Amino acid sequence: MLAAGEINASLSDAPAGRSADGTDRVRRVKVAAYRLRQWLGSPRPYLMLLGFGLFFAFWYLTVEVWKLPRFSQMPGPTTVISEWLSPDPTYGLSIYSPEYYQHIWVSWRRVSIAFLLATATGVPLGLFLGWSLRFKEYVFPVFELLRPIPPLAWVPLAIIMFQGSETPIVFLTFLASFYATTLNTMLGVESIDVSFVRAAYCLGARRRQVFWHVIVPGAMPFIFTGLQISVGVAWFSLVAGEMVSGQYGLGYLINTSYTMVQYPTMVIGMITLGVVGYATSAAVRIFGNYLMQWRARELAMGGEK
Amino acid sequence: MAGARVGHGGRKVNRAPLPTHDRPSAAAKAPVSPSPARHKGEIRIVNVVKIYGSETASIRAVDNCTFDVPAGKITVVVGPSGCGKTTLLNAIAGFHSITSGTIYLDDALLCGPGRPSAAPGPDRIVVFQNGALFPWKTIIENVAFGPMMQGRLSKKQAFEKGRAMLAEAGLRDLESNYPGEISSGMRRRVEITRALMNDPKVLLLDEPYRALDSLTKSVMHEALLETFDRNQVTIFFITHDLEEAIFLGHRVVIMTTRPCRPKKILTVDIPHPRDYSVLTTKRFREYLDETIAAVHEEALKAFAAGERER
Repeated sequence: MLAAGEINASLSDAPAGRSADGTDRVRRVKVAAYRLRQWLGSPRPYLMLLGFGLFFAFWYLTVEVWKLPRFSQMPGPTTVISEWLSPDPTYGLSIYSPEYYQHIWVSWRRVSIAFLLATATGVPLGLFLGWSLRFKEYVFPVFELLRPIPPLAWVPLAIIMFQGSETPIVFLTFLASFYATTLNTMLGVESIDVSFVRAAYCLGARRRQVFWHVIVPGAMPFIFTGLQISVGVAWFSLVAGEMVSGQYGLGYLINTSYTMVQYPTMVIGMITLGVVGYATSAAVRIFGNYLMQWRARELAMGGEK
Repeated sequence: MAGARVGHGGRKVNRAPLPTHDRPSAAAKAPVSPSPARHKGEIRIVNVVKIYGSETASIRAVDNCTFDVPAGKITVVVGPSGCGKTTLLNAIAGFHSITSGTIYLDDALLCGPGRPSAAPGPDRIVVFQNGALFPWKTIIENVAFGPMMQGRLSKKQAFEKGRAMLAEAGLRDLESNYPGEISSGMRRRVEITRALMNDPKVLLLDEPYRALDSLTKSVMHEALLETFDRNQVTIFFITHDLEEAIFLGHRVVIMTTRPCRPKKILTVDIPHPRDYSVLTTKRFREYLDETIAAVHEEALKAFAAGERER
């Protein structure tokens, strides 16, 4: 991003462009530093750490100290963490084994493909559903009928429909994402204040211009909420798919380590899912904030409307 | 705007004959500030009726409403909340149809028999109650929006004109901000500037200062009068604030409550430019008393009707 900005600045013949770009970047860094200081000065990070601490303490006490019957099969946090960080893991999987990254990579690739497909189809579909009442009347009932069918129920059909094991998994992952994205985009369009549309027509915009200048940016906050949900549910259904078929992936890892009674590895898989899922969701949020500067700045002003 | 032109010639004397093409906004005009002598944008509302709902359960929002909005003047329409003022404004703007009657703009038919609703266009621009600056566009992008959409100006020209008009309105150094970053009073002024960029015949203001506190409001009023003195555009202003109505208006139209029709039309004979010292004059008080008497009765009726519905 920085590189692109520099190229733009050097290409532009207006000297003002360069300095504005530079000061803007300086300002952004300063704002980020200020926010970090604010955050560290507030009780929030410490409460967060305390929360994690309590969680691990609860886990440790129930499993390793009190040895409650319900938790007798469960590996304790020290077992899991030492296995995870061990160069020579008992069950053959830790941060030192390339196989671990292979699992993460395969899952991540499946989610990415499915998420991109769902975004590429769901956002336009949602925009048209919200924009054209007639289109909605045709499409939405079918959509609503298909939506409650859980991805797991699609498993047999997906296996019959698609060759190999890769495509069915991507298809299942896609489904859940697609519904979340489409529905939120549609709601986003419907939430746009009619005054904006009217104002645009008053100012002489034609229908197509209203679509690009009002409908699309106006629905953007909802679209990004939808995309965050969509990435989350993509991981849900990915694991469902991977447990059924496939040779790699975190879902597969969890399922096989269960059947092979490698419980610490199973928990490593679960925690990794949590971390990777959180990271992708955060990435979508950050990208959304980058695209919607207006919204970030408005909220920074205290959300006065 | 492609409507039939109805022959009602001779009503106006200070205006050149209408151009023969259909897009008045594109007519030859170049200067940033239009000449103050240009009076245009007379609206005539004739026997307008608006009925909402079906035949079984219908609400007569506007009934047999007839009055004129003279060109180059500020006409303020007052009435109790929900009396149907906004319905009228929406009909003029082209957001709603009317059931019967006719509305003319400068002798051109806006809506009437065979043409239930007008098409919204840049000759009649609405400034909305809650403001409708696009929050996803910067101030300058908002202001430049109209001419760019109509293809009248390039982006560069529109931005230049926008900067000039913002400066003229005393709104410098805002252009790269987003509407969410400036005060609500500022936003109203930017919105009016955005409208004036298109050289409209009429500005339709729908209680634009309703959500502002009274101090900001008074600043807004003076700014609006100043803008008016500069542009001499016809203003159709809706409010239920009587002081605001008399302070701003050349003509105050007091509406009856549902169905809505003029109860009393007052010509406010206080010379423009007005400033806030007017508020304390005896003349102003007299106008206010006269209006309050008329409106109070309607407000009571509206209140009683509301009670019945509950």
